[in-house]
This record gives sequence, C-alpha cells and structure tokens, in this order.
Amino acid sequence: MRSIFGSRPAAAAAIALLLGLTLSAAAPAQMDPSGEWGPRFDEDRFERIPGPEIGDYLGLPINDAARLRGDSWDAALLELQENQCRAHGSDYGWRGPSNLSIWKEVDQATQKVIAYHTHLSAYGAEQTIWMDGRPHPPDYARHTWQGFSTGEWDGDTLVITTTHLKENWIRRNGIARSDLATARVHLLKHGNYLTVAVIVYDPVYLTEPFIRTSDFVYAPQQQMAPWPCEAVDEVDRPAGVVPHHLPGTNTFLNEFPANYGIPTQATRGGAETMYPEYMLKMKTMTVLPRPVKKAATP
Amino acid sequence: MIKRMVKACCALACMTAVSTLAWSASAAPANPAPLPEVHILPVQGNISMLVGAGGNITVQTGADGVLLVDTGLATMSDKVLTAVHSLSDKTIRYIINTHVHADHVGGNEAISKSGRTIAGGNVVGDIGTSASNQATIIAFQTVLDRMSTEVAGSPASPQGAWPTDTYTTPERKIFFNGEGVELIHIPAAHTDGDTIVFFRRSDVISTGDIFVTNGYPIIDLDHGGNIQGVVAGLNRIVEMAIPADEQEGGTLIIPGHGRLCDVADVVFYQEMVIIIRDRIQDMIKKGRTLEQVLAAKPTRDYDPRYGSTSGFWTTDKFVTAVYKSLRAKS
Repeated sequence: MRSIFGSRPAAAAAIALLLGLTLSAAAPAQMDPSGEWGPRFDEDRFERIPGPEIGDYLGLPINDAARLRGDSWDAALLELQENQCRAHGSDYGWRGPSNLSIWKEVDQATQKVIAYHTHLSAYGAEQTIWMDGRPHPPDYARHTWQGFSTGEWDGDTLVITTTHLKENWIRRNGIARSDLATARVHLLKHGNYLTVAVIVYDPVYLTEPFIRTSDFVYAPQQQMAPWPCEAVDEVDRPAGVVPHHLPGTNTFLNEFPANYGIPTQATRGGAETMYPEYMLKMKTMTVLPRPVKKAATP
Repeated sequence: MIKRMVKACCALACMTAVSTLAWSASAAPANPAPLPEVHILPVQGNISMLVGAGGNITVQTGADGVLLVDTGLATMSDKVLTAVHSLSDKTIRYIINTHVHADHVGGNEAISKSGRTIAGGNVVGDIGTSASNQATIIAFQTVLDRMSTEVAGSPASPQGAWPTDTYTTPERKIFFNGEGVELIHIPAAHTDGDTIVFFRRSDVISTGDIFVTNGYPIIDLDHGGNIQGVVAGLNRIVEMAIPADEQEGGTLIIPGHGRLCDVADVVFYQEMVIIIRDRIQDMIKKGRTLEQVLAAKPTRDYDPRYGSTSGFWTTDKFVTAVYKSLRAKS
C-alpha cells in the first residue's frame, strides 16, 4: 500500500512536522480569556442589582473624607443631564450588572497578541488592554472612564494595570473613587468560569487597597444589545443646581442600620470592617430600634 | 507616589500663582534651577496644548498662522517658542490672554515680538510698520488696565507685554485657520478679566484658571475675583460642551493648570465647587463667623484631592475667599 505521504522519508518528515505543529500549538503558557461571558450575582446581589442602600459603607476601607462625600450624596444628582449617560469606571464596570465580551487583537505578521478588548453591556463600555509593552501616558494626558490599561501574564493569570481613570464610585451610593486612583485587575479562568479580581488603590479616599471579585460564566450563545443613551430633562432645575445634603442633614443614613439591625458605627465602614474579627467587636455595639411597620389598611 | 506628584504639581501652580499676583521681576538667583521642559500634547482638530511653561498654553495652527491662548511665564518664552515652531513654521498672528496673571501673560512680550499682526494699507501707511511688527494680543479690557497700572509697589508690566486689542462686550469673535473662535468674558470669576476661548470647529475650550485640575479654584479677590463668577464660568463651560458617547470625549477642555479634560471632568469640579459654596452660604445664613466656618472644615471631603496646607493657595485661603465673596454679596 502506498503511503499517502509517498516515500517513507517523506512520511517521517511530514509526521515530524505535524507533531511539531501540534506541540507548538499546545505549548502556549497562558489561557485565553476571549469569548462571551455572562455575569453571576451569587454574592453581592442586592448591592449589584437593585443597588446599595443609602449609608451602607460596610466593608469599605474608606477614610472620613469618603464618608462625608457619601453622606452628602443625593441620588437626584443622577437626574442631571450631564450625569445620566455617565459610564462606570473600568474598575467598577465588571460589577455591572453587565454581560462581557472579550476579544484579542493580533499582529498579523507575528501573530503576537497586541491587545485584549472588553465590551460590557452596561453603557457599551469598551476597554483596551495593551499587551505590547507600551508605556502609560504622561500625567497631563486625558483621563477616561476606562482609563489606560496594560496587561502582563503572571503564570495563567492576566494582570491588568489601569491608570488615567476619571473619578467614579466604589459603591453606587455616593462613595467616591478619585481620579488619582489606579486599579490592578486579575483575570483568572477556571473551566467555564472567569473570575475578575479588582484591587483599587486610591490615595484620596481609601486607607487600604480595596479588593473585590466578580464572576462570569462562559456563554457562547450570548448576543448583546446596544446601549444607546440620550440625556433628557428629567426635572426642571435652574442651571448649576447640584442636589446634595448639607453636612448633618441626611436623614436617610439611619434607615440602613435600623432596617437591617446593624450597629450604625459598623455601617460607617473603614478598613477594620473588612476583616472577620470585626464581627466580635460589632457584638458590643448598640443597634438602632427597628422601625415599626404600619399595619396594612384593609 | 501619584499623590506626591499631584502635591508637587499643586506646589508648582502655587509658586506660579505667587509670581502672578504680585507682578514683580525678582533678581535672578546665583545658580538658577534648570527650567522645566515644555511638553506638547496634541488635542484635536487644529489644537495642541503646551504643558510646563506656567499656565497651560493652547496652540491653534493652520494655513493662516499660529494663535496662542496665553503665553506662560516670561522665563519660559524661549522654550515655548521652540515648542510652537515644532508645531508650525507659520507666523504667530494672535495671542489671547485668559486673564492678567504672570503665569499666563508672562511670555506676551517675547512671544508677540516673534510674530506679526496682519495689517497693511492705510493702517501701516498711517502708523508705520509698528502696526504689524508684533502679534496682536487680545484680552478683556481690565487685563490691559491692570497690566498698565502701577499698584502699591508693584510696577506696571512692560509695555510690550500689554494687550494691543481689548474688548468690553460679553463676547468677541474672530475667524482664523478655518474656524470660528469665540472669546467669552466671564465677569468677576478667577479675576475681573477672565476670558474663556472656544474653538468651534476643533471643538476645544480653553478655560484659563476658572477651571484647573490640581487644586481648588484660586479666587483673586484683589483683582475682582468672586466664587459666584467661578461657578458661573463652570456652568457656562458645561453648557457649551457637548460630550460624545458615555458622557466623555466630544468637546475637549484645556484647563488653566493640570491635565487635558472633557466635560465630565468639569462636571465633577463644578459639583465640588457648588457643594462647598452651598455649605459656606448655609453657614453664613446661620450667622457663622469666618473663624467658625474655617473650624467646621466645609471642604474636608475634597481636601485629600484638592486641598493644601502650605504654599500660596491653602485650603483656608480658598474657604476665606469663598466666605468673603458671599459676605460681600449678602
């Protein structure tokens, strides 16, 4: 029988070539995060979907300045035209709630990955993660919601460093993250799951780095809708009016500790509220009386 | 480290502001520190931004020549001209001053002399070549008034640095390099002579010191500044700018000091200034003295980002200026 490769030496060479190609194809050290990913909300569901309670600063390593920003924040701020279409920062955007798409950009000649791109359904936010070693821009360059990101591999983990972020929030109840913050994101793929661990470093409002994870599951059938956003007049206000609470006047701050039976002191956040041993301390704290529910009228 | 960099930037801004408020030529030190570099940042359309010469400088280039918004510190003129010539080999035709401070008008004399005004016919015939032998310097009238007047020990600035073409109306318009350029006067804001400049085709606004990114707004009460004017100026910028998707990009904003911005950055700053203004206004209504207002620290949530306890423009000076502005009105 004649070999499909013709002669024996030719067959040996062809097999060696195929083996070589196969081995080289199996050789890459890193995972590829490319693909469609659906969000999972098993943790932090109430914070991420309906949104956090006013005055809930639990588990946030914030300073006094951040607390006052939060206390002064009025949700009506989001009614202003200039805030309606504001995107999340790339350090928060993974929290969404958002579907996620990741694709890679490859140099045609070398087949090296130049960049990964992400698209989040919320606000249609797109981030570029440069993998070609380019430097970050100078400090006088523009800041954006997504910032400027570079990536490098640490074993099988894609580590993303982001600078040049616009101001944004750490929690959607007025706890701010400044435009001087940087973020380090670790992308870990395990089976059909993608874990995104975000570490925020903010010299303005955080006393310690703030670490938070979000999970996604592989969703190859996913199709994302566009996110058109048009700012409109929601409330008739004179130009230049900024809704906010003057210090000491925000009566909503007591609702969260009272409704959930959590000591007010704990709801004020701070680095120690991130750690398990704080639960022991909480047992010594006073809890506000729960509000009396009005009886339903027949 | 980033915070230290910002503090350093703030210190630099403060130092330039010191040189500003007292327009005085100090004797050169024996071993002068090396001058900082002037960096060029392309913005969009015809516009670039020069950083490092004092206040930010806006450069518009095109077939008609070069137009500058502000000229930086006098000591930086050579470096500014080198940067401008690297962007265009055309003649500098216009300089627009956003206000009177030396970190924005210091280079007027040297840089305008390197340019030429477009003039001819009867104008040159009647006045002579002096009509065209420097670039036109445009500013609001009070900028010329202050630069040409000796005040309590501070000499007037050199005549060659004075604006040559002033306006007193709410707006002044010129057309240059294929686009309309609007000069908009904001009364009693950072000073009493502020101009913001809108390049309509390039879609860029140059704000002067009504908007900065490295500190609280400097309110120069001695030169007619007022917090309400700063708020009005920020409101006007927000009203003029049109963002692209996600409320960013679109119209780009060159601040008086600090990094290149868009309207979302101005909105954060505007909200901060208005919130602090409202807090101090509320305390004034409740009869609080300046000392009581300072003790209450009405800026404490923004101090880690914009505040300063040393240098020319401390947080206390900002609060004091806001308080005095509002008291003067009430």
